[in-house]
Amino acid sequence: MPPQAQDLDTLTTSTQAISPADFGYDQARHLLWRAGFGGTPAQIRTLTEWGPARAVDYLLNVEEVEDPDQPVRNSFESDIMQPPSEEEQRQARLARRNQDENALAEIRRRRQMRQRQDRRQIRDIQRWWLTRMIETPRPLEEKMTLFWHGHFATSYRTIENSYHMFMQNQMFRRLGMRNFGELLMALIRDPAMLAYLDNDQNRRGSPNENLAREIMELFSLGEGAYTENDIKEGARALTGYTYEYNEFRFMEQRHDPGQKRILGKRGTFDGDGFVRILLGQKNCAEFICTKLYRYFVADIPEDRRDPRHRAATSVINQLASTLRAADYDLRPLLRKLFLSRHFYAPQIAATQIKSPVQLIVGAVRSLNTPVRDLSILMDGLDLMGQNLFYPPNVKGWEGGRTWVNTSTLYVRQNIMSFLLTGRTPSGYAPLSSVDRYDPTHLLSDLGRTEPGADRDPQRVVDYLLRFTLGRSPRHAQTKTLVDFINENGGRPTPQVLVGTLALIAAIPEYQLC
Amino acid sequence: MAGPFMPKYTRRAFLHHGLTFASAAATVPYFIQKSAAGMVNTNSALLSSQAGVPEDHVLVVIQLGGGNDGLNTVVPYGDPAYYNVRRGIAIPENEVLQLSQKEGIGLHPRLAGVKELYDEGLMTVVQGVGYPNPNRSHFKSMDIWHTGETSGIGDGWLGRYFDNTCGGAPEGCSGHSGIAVGRTSPLAMTGRKYKPISFEDEDLFRWTGHDLHESLTDPYMTLTGDEDHVPAETDSNEAFLLRTALDARVASAQIRDAVGQNPLVGFPRSGLGRQLQMVSSMIRAGLETRVYYVAMSGFDTHAGQGGTNGGHANLLNQWAEAINAFYKDLKAHRNDGRVLTMTFSEFGRRVAQNGSGGTDHGTAAPMFLTGPMVRSGIVGRHPSLTNLDNGDLRFGIDFRTVYAGILDGWMGANHQDVLGKRYRAAKVLD
Repeated sequence: MPPQAQDLDTLTTSTQAISPADFGYDQARHLLWRAGFGGTPAQIRTLTEWGPARAVDYLLNVEEVEDPDQPVRNSFESDIMQPPSEEEQRQARLARRNQDENALAEIRRRRQMRQRQDRRQIRDIQRWWLTRMIETPRPLEEKMTLFWHGHFATSYRTIENSYHMFMQNQMFRRLGMRNFGELLMALIRDPAMLAYLDNDQNRRGSPNENLAREIMELFSLGEGAYTENDIKEGARALTGYTYEYNEFRFMEQRHDPGQKRILGKRGTFDGDGFVRILLGQKNCAEFICTKLYRYFVADIPEDRRDPRHRAATSVINQLASTLRAADYDLRPLLRKLFLSRHFYAPQIAATQIKSPVQLIVGAVRSLNTPVRDLSILMDGLDLMGQNLFYPPNVKGWEGGRTWVNTSTLYVRQNIMSFLLTGRTPSGYAPLSSVDRYDPTHLLSDLGRTEPGADRDPQRVVDYLLRFTLGRSPRHAQTKTLVDFINENGGRPTPQVLVGTLALIAAIPEYQLC
Repeated sequence: MAGPFMPKYTRRAFLHHGLTFASAAATVPYFIQKSAAGMVNTNSALLSSQAGVPEDHVLVVIQLGGGNDGLNTVVPYGDPAYYNVRRGIAIPENEVLQLSQKEGIGLHPRLAGVKELYDEGLMTVVQGVGYPNPNRSHFKSMDIWHTGETSGIGDGWLGRYFDNTCGGAPEGCSGHSGIAVGRTSPLAMTGRKYKPISFEDEDLFRWTGHDLHESLTDPYMTLTGDEDHVPAETDSNEAFLLRTALDARVASAQIRDAVGQNPLVGFPRSGLGRQLQMVSSMIRAGLETRVYYVAMSGFDTHAGQGGTNGGHANLLNQWAEAINAFYKDLKAHRNDGRVLTMTFSEFGRRVAQNGSGGTDHGTAAPMFLTGPMVRSGIVGRHPSLTNLDNGDLRFGIDFRTVYAGILDGWMGANHQDVLGKRYRAAKVLD
């Protein structure tokens, strides 16, 4: 049964490792959904057999898993949006001086052509990333990349440079499971971020405080952990941190080398010094662990008396100690989290609302449906509110319940019908290819352990509901689905199974993982 | 023989199901009644309105995407400079539809539908609208208009309006307080918490699984609307999803039923005509939606835009015919007094035509407000064609002062809470 209100008081806050005896099918399934994007019955079985420690280490030690996507990593154009050359600038100046409308129109036409080309490339990069999330043998690596994309939110809409977005994405992938301090240092050198938060305009004498403010408020400490003066002084430290073409550049003549006072410390800090001060704040580890907790574990109710709030606070404090003790190395923290008894508590499992990416990638990865049409899936993500590389603002995606309303719920149900059947809802572009989907393979474990069970409607429905919902179904749900199979011949043929899965995907609880 | 997934399902069959559910409201348990009623009454229950502002006010936003050429929309025929720099595309003085002889301005001849509304006192032309340091990128400038921030970064202005009026609770506004008819939901309507309902085609605002096979419909109804199952712990995500699924079915039935009605007047068959027809039907059906958002595009007329006739003229005509029919229909079902419409574009175009018989991205342009509550006539001065900023018009009215006027005077909000800053609200309403 799903947890009831009174159960919340018994929610464990222990971060002790779950014992192998308590790690079965449901726990392995939960781990696959939260530390990745869900898994097939065979993957669940493998992780169950491995036990918790080996399963978690396999997900964490991504370097030990071969990455077949490597060769295409750098197949994007790096220079579409390069600033105009000196010769081009000279011609533009000349045209403006002579009020040569034709030449100016030609310059504008060329710029617009490049912008169109770049918008095509960001679509390609979106498709590449979505494909990578669907196909990667290192799910946690992509899940962390997506986490940092939401945490250090940067939007293509503002910077209009697809290659900078790609470089930032690669940076999140390269450093996202290593050390938070290293990541923050890379961030103040990242062209996409420097452009997004205007640090390319931050110079001695005319500071721009945008990056200094957000690095404290949204990236490391949280609101209220600093003063307006700390922002001003932090901005001075970051002066001269800019980029040229696709490279970070520190412009000494723009940098303010003077004395600063930031969060009680005095010195001639530069951007690196500023970041080191942030990492020295106690809030920093708590802040990052809170964000990770919300991403991997559960929403935190605002009401302090809510048992979920109290439990979350306790667990976050334990995780933050681990992070500090490891000098911001992320893996010990992630390992502790994914092994903790709290993480596997019945009040935590199958209670998180899937993000749109989680819904789509999870469906393909767990059910093994065809990908069908990446463009339609991208459109679906946009309609559901998670357009990759276009987070709504610098705070990233709010997540949780804001993902779902009456209209996004229909998109969620309908994109599932599309993945299962290949039928485009009218109004979408026609389909490039229609693959027949045969879900029979999902039942092979059921048939192997109990010959014949994979042909019994009741057993099939029980099995599929446990696999897809990760929780005990309501009686009415099971009965409705068994009746559906019986009314359609009583045999779980591929077509009947597709119908059954389309119905399961419409169950409100299917939106949870 | 038909296989189990042959499409036997018809739209009428679904409507039947949907309506059975909706009209059964009197007999269903309290939980459904509450969610259905809560949805319809969302606004009256939650708006912190100012005294004297009735709560059935509706705002319709029409977005003209691509950058509408303001100078060929509200034509400064009295200014010789206009004819000097637009030799190929200018509208001859004897063809413009007169707005003000004194100011020497008139409407494009294909805007007869707008002129009619203007003559009936239903139209305000707000001249020279823009913002400081104009941005000439479509995307950026559109974001600036949508957010009301010159950075173009942040939540949508109408989304913030909903965030403010719904007490910050995402469920608080999960009814149909804001509906966008279109491919994607506009940034303007998207708040930190609030997300609008959006659909391009009412046929997609429902479960498309119905189309797979008729045998799926009954189980779908049971699985998504199990009203007997009310979780004890109502604050859980599970309970939230069950409530939303029930709301979605009610909203789908209501909206699809509303949109299925025939209008009382003929609407043009253009995209905008179809969208405004849907909006009019939803207003007529009594949905208590506060904001509707529709859009048409194609105004990016860099080449061969034409003058009295041609591409730009046709676009203007589509807008004029659609908004004219919209107000006729609203009047026929006596809702015109409730509906204020705002038409805008992300920027105007440059004063001089370019080498290809078109115009490039510019700055200030007129906005239009429509409805019996507007201060009809002309607001603001036509921007000078000679005192230019690098070949572009200088704006006279910041668009956010128009937003402020609408928020304070029509939406019952305090514009400072929504826009984050105090503006001198433009006097655009009576």
